[in-house]
Amino acid sequence: MASSLQIPPRPRGPARPVPPVRIATHVRKGHGPPVVTEAPAAQENASILEVADLGVEFYVEGEWFPAAIDVSYTVRSGEVLAIVGESGSGKTQSSMSLIGLLPQNGRASGSAKLLGRELIGLKHKQLSKVRGKDVAVIFQEPMTALNPVYTVGFQIVETLRTHFDIGPKAARERAVELLRLVDLPSPEKSVDKYPHQLSGGQRQRAMIAQALACDPKLLIADEPTTALDVTVQAEILKLLRDLRSRIDSGIILITHDMGVVADLADRVIVMKSGRIVEAGTADEIFNRPQHAYTRQLLDAVPHLGRTVAGAPEGSATPALATSSTTATPVTAATGRPESMMGTAAQQDLPAMQAEKLVIEYPSRGRVPAFRAVDEIDLTIGRGEVVGLVGESGSGKTTVGRAVVGLLPVAGGSLSIGGTEMAGIRPKDLRELRNHVSIVFQDPGSSLNPRLPIGESIGEPLKLHKIAKGADLNKRVETLLDQVHLARGMRNRYPHELSGGQRQRVGIARALALSPKMLVADEPTSALDVSVQARVLELFQELQREHGFACLFISHDLAVVEILATRIAVMHKGKLVEQGPRDQILRDPQHDYTRRLLTAVPVPDPAEQKIRREARDALLEEEAVRMGLHTAQRAARTDREAVERNEQRLQSDNAAGDPRRLPRG
Amino acid sequence: MTTPTPIAPQPGDHHDLVENTENAIELKEVEGLSQGRIVLRRFVRHRGAMIAAIVLLGIVVLATTSIGWGPIPGWWKHTPQDMSPIANPRGAPTLSFSGGLVVGEHPFGQDNIGQDTFARVMRGTQQSLLVMVIIGALATTIGIVMGALAGFFRGHLDNVLMRLTDMVITIPVVMIGAILGFWVGGASPVTLAVALSLVTWTSMARLVRGEFLSLREREFVDAARVAGASSFRIMFKHMLPNAIGVIIVNTTLLMAAAILLETALSFLGFGIRYPDVSLGQLINEYQTAFATRPWLFWWPGLFIVSIALCVNFIGDGLRDAFDPRQRRIPSKRKMAKG
Repeated sequence: MASSLQIPPRPRGPARPVPPVRIATHVRKGHGPPVVTEAPAAQENASILEVADLGVEFYVEGEWFPAAIDVSYTVRSGEVLAIVGESGSGKTQSSMSLIGLLPQNGRASGSAKLLGRELIGLKHKQLSKVRGKDVAVIFQEPMTALNPVYTVGFQIVETLRTHFDIGPKAARERAVELLRLVDLPSPEKSVDKYPHQLSGGQRQRAMIAQALACDPKLLIADEPTTALDVTVQAEILKLLRDLRSRIDSGIILITHDMGVVADLADRVIVMKSGRIVEAGTADEIFNRPQHAYTRQLLDAVPHLGRTVAGAPEGSATPALATSSTTATPVTAATGRPESMMGTAAQQDLPAMQAEKLVIEYPSRGRVPAFRAVDEIDLTIGRGEVVGLVGESGSGKTTVGRAVVGLLPVAGGSLSIGGTEMAGIRPKDLRELRNHVSIVFQDPGSSLNPRLPIGESIGEPLKLHKIAKGADLNKRVETLLDQVHLARGMRNRYPHELSGGQRQRVGIARALALSPKMLVADEPTSALDVSVQARVLELFQELQREHGFACLFISHDLAVVEILATRIAVMHKGKLVEQGPRDQILRDPQHDYTRRLLTAVPVPDPAEQKIRREARDALLEEEAVRMGLHTAQRAARTDREAVERNEQRLQSDNAAGDPRRLPRG
Repeated sequence: MTTPTPIAPQPGDHHDLVENTENAIELKEVEGLSQGRIVLRRFVRHRGAMIAAIVLLGIVVLATTSIGWGPIPGWWKHTPQDMSPIANPRGAPTLSFSGGLVVGEHPFGQDNIGQDTFARVMRGTQQSLLVMVIIGALATTIGIVMGALAGFFRGHLDNVLMRLTDMVITIPVVMIGAILGFWVGGASPVTLAVALSLVTWTSMARLVRGEFLSLREREFVDAARVAGASSFRIMFKHMLPNAIGVIIVNTTLLMAAAILLETALSFLGFGIRYPDVSLGQLINEYQTAFATRPWLFWWPGLFIVSIALCVNFIGDGLRDAFDPRQRRIPSKRKMAKG
């Protein structure tokens, strides 16, 4: 275990002293007395921020409600302090109160000293000098945190010129330098790009560059990777790790994901309901957690490789390899769908079968049609759970929406329990919707805010004339029971429920018609990790009970691993790999799958370090291979060009030089 | 470490405990209330809107009960057409505040032929309010249907409906209203209001269309479709209630504009015409008397301004009440006390 304490070697930058592991934080454990943990210090760094008894309160309806109570910690230069907790634990508000970014009805008390200067209670004018210069923030959503009408460079220059007496030319040079520091490709060009011209990961890099503009003493990263895909997250985490060695600031990392913490943090604070429940070094928190809540948080993170390693061989349901599937003749031309509940022969049909499925977003004006899904073959057997993974923009959600008939099939065939979806008639589609259903990604958006949740759940039953009146009420109550919600909640509105509860409602609605085929479109990606764990548990339980076939869409392999018996990997509209779960996780064939696998962080610093190195090696290897390819291609084009020239010369010679003809 | 873990070992307890802490503070404000009750509560706390609502209610009650409505007689002794002997010199108002409130025979004064201004202003207010309510209801309905169809179905239908809207918008409302009003205005205020509704629905249609365009991208619309809902049901059961905020607000603004439009038309002589009375028509009729008998001018003007202001204030309050992001921040002093 000693090796896990070692700091990973850094590829770039000057040698830096080993970060301190000394803890001098007042730790309050539940109702216990304050405990001062003293770990042997390797080397003492200057402390940048000292927070003592920080409290944050909000004034609601004539009362002050505490959001953070007696929060105390210290941040030293060059170290990463992670504040971990769920939504509503006060982790963000306590950090935002440091730079006076509380909502108007909030107030902060206690003390927070930045290099000996008290921050709490500073006037607005003094605070704005601190903001951006001494304390910088990396926000969760780079798209909303960057102003869409200004270029990235302009926004960095603005920050620089606000705080320093610097000319526009020099500021621009510095901006380019900063963009190079955060590894943005071709910084000289990127500096003039608008936020929408950059990808999600690049935007976050630009955001980080802006935060670093004035060499802040303290960097607050508020869930910097939550809005990003797993692969992009791994890149941003790598960048942050590199930066830590190159700049001398202290970093506060706010997150709910223990996997991210394991990857980056030196010390960890665990917050719950506004209080610090545990504090310690990363090693202490991960290997010897004291508080039950910390353990609960650690257990909640899906640990990639855990299920596969523990599962006995061959326990998975017999996988239907697409290549060997006895394909039913496709009647796309006639478009005549067979009845779902037809003959015994049709009972053997897979729940879903896609052959050379193509889905396109039609052209609009001058924008050409976009092929989101390109000739994929995928089969889901009855009662089988298949995971579909890929990064955003890979077309996985598009497949899911086509399955429930929300998008038309542009080519190939997609058959749901024997009904052909290509060119389906509206009447047949309505009939089919008795048997398919979908759980959406964002429960906040997929429930009608003006309908009580009981009505939302009962709507499919009512519309298909399956139940009404007292019977409908009873069915809704049964469904609420099944997703472990109190029956009394049926009259509540979505905004009164928490995220996890809302997603349970979404699941209950999807199950109302006892579907044979369920599409789950990232049902947990909008949820906290601990809430996600419980929703996944519930999902497994319901799948066992109802036995529906399921297409589970996710960007997170660790989540898919828990549920799916087979996994299909999508990349840029194509299915690059599919197979039984064990095979995909243990022996991935495609580069992209391998990259995806290594990108998932695991909540264990030691293991994460090994994975990280494996990932770097993989990327390097790929880069070398890509470089080779490019070199080869370049050589080939060169050769071709030479050949073409030669040919032309020869033909010119053969025909004689035409320019000379008139004279001759 | 001997510190016992203070959290109860029941896993079920954990779950509830944790889930309830999530966005708990935001929920404190709306705990156990339906959307309608939340809106009502926010509206009641909006001081300007509440005062405006009370004033408007007062005007409505005063206008309808004083001279009566249709065949029902009112409590006021004069009718708009009565000619009675001039009480004060030149028919000046008898209403005075010197030595207590004195109402007198003709509180708002009289015109040169002895007609009671109070009765006439009340009659004008009735007509103007009637026009306002009809335009509010009819133009809103047309606008909602046009906008909802265009925003939901998009494509060709959207193009046709929106070009029609553009066409109506390009023609000045006062001009088209004047022509329509000239044809039908003489008949009754109801026909005038219906005619004006046909040219004032455009802003509502555009607004509803925009709202529907954004609402139809929301996932709950897809969810309803997967549940098997028809387009009609999705439009009117799922999407319309979510757009009700902007609709109500725009309706109030529309009503305020309607009362001014009716006034303007009547002033120009294209709206309600003599012998019937409206506020604008009163001002038109007495415009030459401004120097000698200013009260003939001031009272109808006061009522026009009050009604338009009240309706605007109510719309303002409704907009704030329907906007969930707009949180009322209590004053520093109040917060310090708490």
